[in-house]
Amino acid sequence: MAGYNLKEIMNKPERLTPGHRMCAGCGATIGVRAVLRALHENDRAVIGNATGCLEVSSYTYPYTAWEDSYIHNAFENAGATLSGVETAYKALKKRGRISEDVNYKFITFGGDGGTYDIGFQSLSGAMERGHDMVYVCYDNGAYMNTGIQRSSATPMYADTTTTPVGKVSNGKLQGRKDLAGIIAEHNVPYVAQTTFTKDFRDIHTKSERAIYTEGACFLNVLAPCPRGWRYEASDVMNICKLAIDTCYWPLFEVDHGKWLLSYEPKHKLPIEDFLREQGRFKHLFKPGNEDLIVQFQEEVDRRWEDLLYKCAR
Amino acid sequence: MSRKDRMSGNEAVAYAIKQINPDVMPAFPITPSTEIPQLVSTYIANNEMDTEFIPVESEHSSMSATIGAEAAGARSLTATSSCGLALMWEELLLAASNRMPCVLALVNRTLSGPININCDHSDSMGARDTGWIQIYAENNQEAYDNFIQAYPIAEDRRVHLPVMICQDGFITSHAVQNIELNEDKDVKEFVGEYHPEEFLLNSGNPIAIGPYSISNYAMEARKAQEMAMESSKEVIIEVAQKYRAKFGRGFELFEEYRTEDAEYIMVIMGSAAGTAKQAVDDLREKGVKAGVLKLRVFRPFPAEEIAKALKNAKAVAIMERTESYNGHGGPLCSEIRAGLFEHKVYVEAVCYTYGLAGRDFTVDHVYDIFKELYEIINSKKDYKQHRYINLRTKEEI
Repeated sequence: MAGYNLKEIMNKPERLTPGHRMCAGCGATIGVRAVLRALHENDRAVIGNATGCLEVSSYTYPYTAWEDSYIHNAFENAGATLSGVETAYKALKKRGRISEDVNYKFITFGGDGGTYDIGFQSLSGAMERGHDMVYVCYDNGAYMNTGIQRSSATPMYADTTTTPVGKVSNGKLQGRKDLAGIIAEHNVPYVAQTTFTKDFRDIHTKSERAIYTEGACFLNVLAPCPRGWRYEASDVMNICKLAIDTCYWPLFEVDHGKWLLSYEPKHKLPIEDFLREQGRFKHLFKPGNEDLIVQFQEEVDRRWEDLLYKCAR
Repeated sequence: MSRKDRMSGNEAVAYAIKQINPDVMPAFPITPSTEIPQLVSTYIANNEMDTEFIPVESEHSSMSATIGAEAAGARSLTATSSCGLALMWEELLLAASNRMPCVLALVNRTLSGPININCDHSDSMGARDTGWIQIYAENNQEAYDNFIQAYPIAEDRRVHLPVMICQDGFITSHAVQNIELNEDKDVKEFVGEYHPEEFLLNSGNPIAIGPYSISNYAMEARKAQEMAMESSKEVIIEVAQKYRAKFGRGFELFEEYRTEDAEYIMVIMGSAAGTAKQAVDDLREKGVKAGVLKLRVFRPFPAEEIAKALKNAKAVAIMERTESYNGHGGPLCSEIRAGLFEHKVYVEAVCYTYGLAGRDFTVDHVYDIFKELYEIINSKKDYKQHRYINLRTKEEI
């Protein structure tokens, strides 16, 4: 995006204010603030939120950290709830109960539990119906709010509390679901996968595109969790960089059906570089488990090749 | 002014929705309430109303979207039956606790299993403690009249609670009966425009809805909700009186049919009240002092008023169209008996379970029940306090 200026963007007033109770080094709030910075300053917003860490830590009665109107309903229905809000906006606008010059945007946040799993149906319905909204998944790859249980976003071999590593277990057996791809198959106008890069340009550009594209849009944001992934809080940006450079978490967008790769590392790093930084994969580095890393690498490669193919079409 | 027509219960409720023309209606089809969203969609397709209809992918989402729309400042509603209501159960609690004055048109159908599409009250009775006001209808006319009263009750500042307008599946929802319809302008005037005090789209005044509430605050929120339910009783009565004054029809908390001097009273809810009233007319001809108390409002529960209405009876049959599986009758029995005891009214009160999953209930059954009440009082024999009516088994249960 021409004219992108990190300093300028970072100086915009925060729409998720300090004082919330999220952990230090948590990716969710970094992601939320980055997405909300893409809102044009004069535009109002209604923020939706599935139950999860973000909700219980940002709106604990009687305090809210949200500058915009905000609604949390339940765990599995952030898509449906915001589709009701967005439809109400349409109805009230039509009937002249909201003045012409007032402009609202609708953005909802859910973790991977509320988005990939329990809220999947509600999300799919909202996307298919084409409500003018953005659904943002902050994907930290497990049910962190309830204490690090596996989700369908959890990567293979991760140690979680429901796929614990043990004498006869190497962690989660299955690979992660490709949610961005699945939502793209809904043929919505805009889907993107992103995370935090040094200049925040990728997430900013994609958020702005999602918010200001009419119709149902979806952002999948890798949002590391220091408790669940077991890394030092200060390492969050490094973890994200390794996720991108190993091609574990490729950056791409699907714009009106067209697949576009946002970033291709000059030197694709081996997956060990991403895994080694995280306590949840510690067991993979024990002697005798080399084949597990090989399998992990093969899966990353297969998916990366598949993405390159889609983007080259 | 009104005009006469013939309509099914579903048509009557859909017609009331058209006349009110609410802002948003999310819905998902389920027998026997499916016609309501179908008819509303057809009215919209023909430009007879301009409500925004959301064809959601489940009932959990229909109630979720109803809450979202209502929170945003739109007058909202949905319709469902049976398992649809069960699926939205979590959201029923949230609609009430978030104090959303939305409306649900419920067409009563039994809950699975075994799966069955016919009427009983197990769906709404299962949702009796979700914090919704529940109003029941005997026929299409009452379903129509009750629906028009729903928003004035729900949106009253003393209430701010959701309202469930119930009618019996198929028996009321699909049977075509005569009906008196109000003029559109009279309905619009009665219901009024919706001006919520606080809402998400209140430009310049953002609000947050649905907090995590720690133990220091959550109990007060529950109490405030309970107080709203208590004060809804006077609002329901006021709205019913206003409706009666304007349109000449309707009851308040319940209808008392030939109970002034009744020795034996049947308490019943929904369409079977018509059967009971017919049987009471027949019995009165034979000199039996029988009467019917037809309950209209189940939530809030008018325990004191019912106790007062039953205090001169010798025996009462409490008719239960659901099973609680608690081993001693259903919810209506438990609550009426508790109310009688609390208000020191000591009458014989027998619980009869009838009409589950659409099982027939006829005037003959009503005769038998009144005969049994007579025998209980006059023979002083021991009797079982919880009985089933019209089972296939030949043995006495």
